[in-house]
Amino acid sequence: MRLRTGARLTARTVALAYLTVLVILPVAVILWRSFGEGIGGFLASVTTPAAISAFNLSLLIVAIVVPLNVVFGVTVALALVRGRFPGRGALQAVVDLPFAVSPIVVGVALILLWGVGGWFGGVEALGVKVIFGLPGMVLATIFVTMPFVVREVEPVLHEIGQEQEQAAATLGASSWQAFWRVTLPAIRWGLTYGVVLTVARSLGEFGAVIMVSSGFPGVSETLTLLVHGRYLDDHNTFGAYCAATLLMAMAVVALVLMTLLDRKRSTR
Amino acid sequence: MITIAHASKAFGDFLALHDVSLDIPTGSLTALLGPSGSGKSTLLRAIAGLDDLDGGTVTIGGADVTQVVPQKRGIGFVFQHYAAFKHMTVRDNIAFGLSIRRRPKAEIRRRVDELLEVVGLEVFQNRYPAQLSGGQRQRMALARALAVDPQVLLLDEPFGALDAKVRADLRRWLRRLHDEVHVTTVLVTHDQEEALDIADRIALLHKGRIEQVGTPDDLYDRPANEFVMSFLGSVSRLGGRLVRPHDIVLERAAGGSAVDGGIRATVRRIVRLGFEVRVELQDDDGAEFTAQLTRGDVEALALREGDAVVASSARGTPFEEPSLAVTVAS
Amino acid sequence: MALTATRSRAGNPGPGAPAPSVERTARARRVTGTIGPLGIGVSVLWVSVIVLLPLAAMTFTALSGGLGDLWEAVTAPAALAALRVTLGTSAVVALVNVVMGTLVAWVLVRDDFRGKGLVNALIDLPFALPTIVASIVLLSLYGPYSPIGVQLNATTPGLTVALAFVTLPFVVRAVQPVLLEADREVEEAAASLGGSNLTVFRRIVLPTLLPAILSGGGLAFARAIGEYGSVVLIGGNIPGRTQVASQYIQQQIEIDRPVNAAAVSVALLLVAFVVLFLLRLLAGFQRRREEKAP
Repeated sequence: MRLRTGARLTARTVALAYLTVLVILPVAVILWRSFGEGIGGFLASVTTPAAISAFNLSLLIVAIVVPLNVVFGVTVALALVRGRFPGRGALQAVVDLPFAVSPIVVGVALILLWGVGGWFGGVEALGVKVIFGLPGMVLATIFVTMPFVVREVEPVLHEIGQEQEQAAATLGASSWQAFWRVTLPAIRWGLTYGVVLTVARSLGEFGAVIMVSSGFPGVSETLTLLVHGRYLDDHNTFGAYCAATLLMAMAVVALVLMTLLDRKRSTR
Repeated sequence: MITIAHASKAFGDFLALHDVSLDIPTGSLTALLGPSGSGKSTLLRAIAGLDDLDGGTVTIGGADVTQVVPQKRGIGFVFQHYAAFKHMTVRDNIAFGLSIRRRPKAEIRRRVDELLEVVGLEVFQNRYPAQLSGGQRQRMALARALAVDPQVLLLDEPFGALDAKVRADLRRWLRRLHDEVHVTTVLVTHDQEEALDIADRIALLHKGRIEQVGTPDDLYDRPANEFVMSFLGSVSRLGGRLVRPHDIVLERAAGGSAVDGGIRATVRRIVRLGFEVRVELQDDDGAEFTAQLTRGDVEALALREGDAVVASSARGTPFEEPSLAVTVAS
Repeated sequence: MALTATRSRAGNPGPGAPAPSVERTARARRVTGTIGPLGIGVSVLWVSVIVLLPLAAMTFTALSGGLGDLWEAVTAPAALAALRVTLGTSAVVALVNVVMGTLVAWVLVRDDFRGKGLVNALIDLPFALPTIVASIVLLSLYGPYSPIGVQLNATTPGLTVALAFVTLPFVVRAVQPVLLEADREVEEAAASLGGSNLTVFRRIVLPTLLPAILSGGGLAFARAIGEYGSVVLIGGNIPGRTQVASQYIQQQIEIDRPVNAAAVSVALLLVAFVVLFLLRLLAGFQRRREEKAP
């Protein structure tokens, strides 16, 4: 279909207008507002003690969530691709489940499992504070990030097939040696892509974390909670804008990484 | 020497191997030949230990290895699609088995250099498999398998993924390699030309059973049954008997008399294929068959399309009784 | 070494040939590449503890008072209002993005202009942005301190804008690859047979795009009904007007009514499941139709 110039330009204008009003303009405005008091003002806003503490907490959660997701995610992917067991289809479906669950519902579910009165509420009596503690925030983050590594590694495992691993076996490699020296290098780009997705999502999770966190500034606020707290509780709109811009910058970095990795994992 | 005794294997309802017993002599190059689904790959993988047998035993070098994992059977395996370690260089691929065994670096380096020379890949030693051609990748796979000095070398349709010309060159190269290295080699193939070209012994499999085992000449000249005969080469049906097209002798039909032992036929088409000439004939009952003559024979007979001839076979054939129609295999 | 030459007649063994006694050899350890029972067990355990158990606990809580209580909780006026707002706004947003998303995808694939690459990259931004940041970003332009005087906070349009922002990429990214792969020659053939642009679009292009459009729209809808972070600041949380289901649920937890919260959560989950299930059916149907073609 070749559109006549008039139609083509109209389509382009409408599409771009939509994107401008919805995306471009708001982003421009927040950047303008965040740097309205200069770079100094921006930096001061994002380096307050509360901000630094939020940053550290977010990073801590990432540091716990990523290794767990790598180890268990690869295991689950191996089970789904190479395993033969009843309920494999069900396992696959459950892995995709987090995509369908609202973040608030995640929070509710975790509270009803780990909170006082929940099925595992007993842990509280043992002195481990899950809800309103770090473990709760970690569990919430793992819930929403669980599918990423699995879904990125699965197709790669499918593609490489079992022959390389069988060849390694005939050459004397044990299961562990074959995994470490043959399988893992083969999946490394898919795995890395999954890790980037996990990090980006972990830093950005809000709804699930706010349900299970006590939300005290400087103590149990992640970066996303900081943005929320500054706007709603402190009425510090400028501070909220700056923190949001910081998070947006991280998101852009993640996007760039994903684009670079995307090329790597399709050519290997 | 490899001994397989009463091997059987089923995949669900499908019986891939049915009571197969076979001896493979030390130092020989034996081909497991057969059409797809005949069980030849299953048998090879059972020797390797990559698949378990449901029943029967495998013995390598006198030791029963039926329960032993592939890592410990002392085998080398070459896959049809190379199974190259894509993220390692050619050198690292070849060195893999040795590095698993934690051989000293100097020894590994020496052995890899040796093998690179044997397979002619010195120039490519630091390249990655993706940068090699199919034939080069397969030579690398061979070097990799030989690096650990296996007692037995197993190849699963190693040339199946390659072009016809590369296939022919590479199989002769393999034969020459075998003549130098003398490792007991078992080769799975569906290409009878390949088996006839390079194997010392051929075991022909069909639907999970062994039809015949012997030298290439044994199978070609003294086939045990119709299947063997038609699989190994082209066949022509001459009045209810199976003969080789090149064993058919044509004479001019004299008048209306039938010659003893011969079949009257009409020449339908003469196709000149270089030195050989393929003569397509039709007998009085309407059945079509093919004879293969030399150019000289055809010229001596001054054969033309439409001529009436009498066809007889120069050799006897053990298959006298009529059986189900056999397609002219080529 | 003597060679065992086995001769047999071609074809089947004679009738009544006894099957050889098959001894079940004990299984040697499996070749590498397959994951052992330990790996499978660990996987199942991990997925259960992280995902299944919390959801199970929630479902149990929702049903703890029997189906009657569950129904009452879901049909309480405030809950119904929240669900109405959620489903209604999400449907509108999905529709808007179906139309605009297809248009944007079209322009990105079939048109060319300076900066197209940048615009294309921009589409992913709502995917990657934390939801709360999306809320703030939109508020900076459409909130109480709007530089252009447009104040959408605490209004339904505000809600719509926020949800549209977050779900924009779904339809665009679903339609783009299909458009890229579309066979231009089919369109040209239709044109050469006399079809106007509108006809070609309606009868040739749209049917090809429809599965992708529906899929993207369905995913957008499923995402929108569960949204919280992007609407929490701009929506205003006005019960019956701008309070979405997730906000209602959160409120119920705060006032210590876990059963209500669980009940509405289950309802929300069910809607999402139904939508995703329908999408899967559609995808399967589509695949089967394409496979039938010679």
